[in-house]
Parts: sequence; structure tokens; C-alpha cells
Amino acid sequence: MEAIKTVGLTKKYKNLTAVDGLDLSVERGELFSLLGVNGAGKTTTIKMLSCLTKPTGGDAFLLGRSIARDAAEVKNIIGVSPQETAVAPGLTVKENLTLMCGVHGFSREKRQRKLEELTERFDLTEVLGRKAGKLSGGWQRRLSIAMALISEPEILFLDEPTLGLDVLARSDLWDIIRSMKGRITMILTTHYMEEAEALSDRIGIMKDGRLLALGTAESLKTQTGTEKFEEAFVAIVKGERQ
Amino acid sequence: MKLLAFSGRNVKEILRDPLTAAFSLGFPVILLLLMSAIQANVPVSLFEIATLTPGITVFGLSFMTLFSATLIAKDRETALLQRLYTTPLTAADFIFGYALPLLPISVAQGAVCYLVALLLGLPATVTVVYAVLFVLPVSLFFIALGLLFGSILSTKQVGGICGALLTTLTAWLSGAWFDLSLIGGAFQKIANLLPYVHAVALEKAVLAGNFAGIFPHIWWIMGYAAAAFAAAVLLFLRQMRRQ
Repeated sequence: MEAIKTVGLTKKYKNLTAVDGLDLSVERGELFSLLGVNGAGKTTTIKMLSCLTKPTGGDAFLLGRSIARDAAEVKNIIGVSPQETAVAPGLTVKENLTLMCGVHGFSREKRQRKLEELTERFDLTEVLGRKAGKLSGGWQRRLSIAMALISEPEILFLDEPTLGLDVLARSDLWDIIRSMKGRITMILTTHYMEEAEALSDRIGIMKDGRLLALGTAESLKTQTGTEKFEEAFVAIVKGERQ
Repeated sequence: MKLLAFSGRNVKEILRDPLTAAFSLGFPVILLLLMSAIQANVPVSLFEIATLTPGITVFGLSFMTLFSATLIAKDRETALLQRLYTTPLTAADFIFGYALPLLPISVAQGAVCYLVALLLGLPATVTVVYAVLFVLPVSLFFIALGLLFGSILSTKQVGGICGALLTTLTAWLSGAWFDLSLIGGAFQKIANLLPYVHAVALEKAVLAGNFAGIFPHIWWIMGYAAAAFAAAVLLFLRQMRRQ
């Protein structure tokens, strides 16, 4: 069964078409990356799929549920780690995780179980009592993803999860993302070509709200006759321009 | 449960900000002490504790607008609200989650003001308790105003408008420090059309045990609170859709 299927998904803002009739399907357990230059429509696509903004045309189905008609149900099966770090700065790491358990209506037992599980999986023990606002960018991003996983989502949206992180923090997050592959369907947006190539099962390249190319990193390189994925990306985006 | 989790978070964020304690409790108490000291040293009746305390209490509530507006504006500027919008929290959870935590904080602030006033010589009567309880309807207006400004202003703008302008307006237009009839004219007419002076008059009436005197002031307060809440809900929902 497809985890995500978009049918002519469109978002228009007055004179600007941010996403233009996007047709896409993502399989369950797949890690799918959306690439594109700034303004390509990646974040708008994620915002529509996560019910943050309504499409002006078309629809998308997440495990069969429509984002236009069944937004409440869709919210129960997704997790979102937004582009900016989305943590409550005045709360400790533990309190941030507890907050997410609370807004999902977990029982005391389930809350305790999730806290222990995520603390261990994300290696958060040493920072559990520290205020989130005082953590480094890497730790905040790690916490942000842990918060997105609290609800045991079947589909996880990672909007530029490693933006601005140093090499080590990025490597740590890659390990975490890899560990979830196959179990959770993930949609990743990134500006880092090597990140998309290293992590993704398939990659979609967007420009001006449209999907220009779709395939594995290898198939996109073959398609463009290039050796490096970055060259393939540039060839595809520039090819459209010419 | 979901609402409690969100409002609990908001309580922590507000109370852990050191400026909250400084402004919500420290500032009104310092004003009470200062003006009582002035009163002790002047021969005329200028700042009598029984008339000064209701004014200072209402003035202190203007900080509730600042706190709620700052919290919402900050949340809007980070991606936290965006994350929470993707959870099962409803629009009502957000609005009540921001508003409810400030009610007990307002009452606590009022209680501290009256407690200090008792130490400064305010007669200890049961009306003091009622005056503290009547902080609740007044605080509804100030909290709603915070929701409204937090939904449309940036954190920096909130600091200027709610932190400086609104508190000054509350101080001047409420008659907290002086009898507005001393100025009279257009100033008094304008002040009478705004809720601040009615809030102080309401508190004064309750403290004096003159319960008939709470009318029509309470209608002014409730009317403004209802209008501010309606506008706040509309503007909050608008920014929620825009997010």
C-alpha cells in the first residue's frame, strides 16, 4: 500500500504557484527526499501533506486518508520536524517530551514508556534535565526529531533536519534517520546533495513547484550521464532552465 | 488532558521568565510601597491605601497582556506552534491553553497587592477577599488583549506596544494614581469610554463593600472582555491558517 499519494496537488498564492499539480507516490517504509533550489515548493508540499496549509487544488492521501477531508485523522498518523528547531525553550528536554505525550493524550504509563524509549534511542540521558533553549543546535535538532516521534507516527516529515549542524552532529542525525528506515515512511527535504544520496531510497527534484525528475540517486546520475549526484541535480535543474 | 498539557507548558514558560516575577509582582508592590511612603510624608490625602490599592492592582493586570502577548508572539516566531498545529490539539485548545494559565497568575498578583496593602494599613475585612476575587473578570479583558496582540504583533512590537504603551495608558486612563475629575474635559470623557477606569471603579466599590456600586462598571469590563476575546479568537485563527 502506498503511504503517500498526491493527485494534482496544487498550492497557489495570489499570482504565485508554489506547487503545481504534483503527482507523486511514496511506498510504506520508504525514505523519500525532495530536493530543489530555494522556492522550488518543497516546504509548501510538506506543509500541505502535514495539514499545515490547505491545497488550492488536487488532494493527497496519507495511508488512504485525505488531507483535505480527513485532516484530524491524518494528524494522528504523522510526525513533523519543522525546518527551524521546534522546541519549547523554557522547558527541559524531559518536559518537552512530556508535553508532546500530553498533547497526544497519552496515559501516564504510555508517557513513561515513551520517555524511556526515546531517551535511550536518542541518547538524551545527559541532557534530560537541561532547558531546551540552552542546548546546542545539534542537541536541539535531535530533541526536535524525538518530539516528532513521540506519537509513533507512520509517516515522518523531516524538513531540512541537518541545516546548520556541524559534521559530527549531522553524522549523528544520519545514524538516527538510518535506524528508522524501513519502519517509518520518511519524507526528507534537504539542500545537501550528499545527504539525499546517502539516506534516500528515492529522490524527487522540484523546481517552480513542479516535479522535474524522480528516481534513485543512481538512476538520476545515469539519466543525466553524470558521475556525481550533485552534477546530476545541477544538470536536471539547469536543463529545465534552458 | 491535551489542553492541560499545553496550558501547563505555558504556565512554566511564563513563570520561568525572571521578568515575569519582576514585573508582575515586584513592580506593583514597589509602587504601593513608594506611594504609601509619599502619602506618609505629605499633609494632604493623596495616595490613601484604600483608594490606591485597587488602582495598583488593575495596573498590575496590564502585565498579563504583556505576558500572554509575548508568549504567543514568541511561539509564532519559532516553529513550535507549527509543530503543535500538526498534533491533535484543536483551535479551542490553543486559545484556552494560552488564556487559562493567566487567570490564577492574575489572582495571585492581586492577592499579593492586597496582602502588601494590609501590611501598609489597609483594614482587614472580608471585602479584601472579594476584591481579590473580582480580579478575575477584570483579568479576562487584559488576557484577551494579550491574545489579540500576540496574534498580530512580533515579539519586538509586543514589547513596545504592550510593555510600554499599554501599561502607560492603563496607568493614566484608569485613575489609578489620581482622580480623573481633576483633569476633566475630553481626557475624562475618553477615559470613561475605555475599560480601565471602570476596572478601578469596580475594584474600589468591591473593596468598600458597596456591591451596588459595581454596576455599571462590570458591564463595561465584561463587554470589552467579550469584544477583545472575539477579536482575539478571529485573529488567532487567521494567523493559525496563515502558519
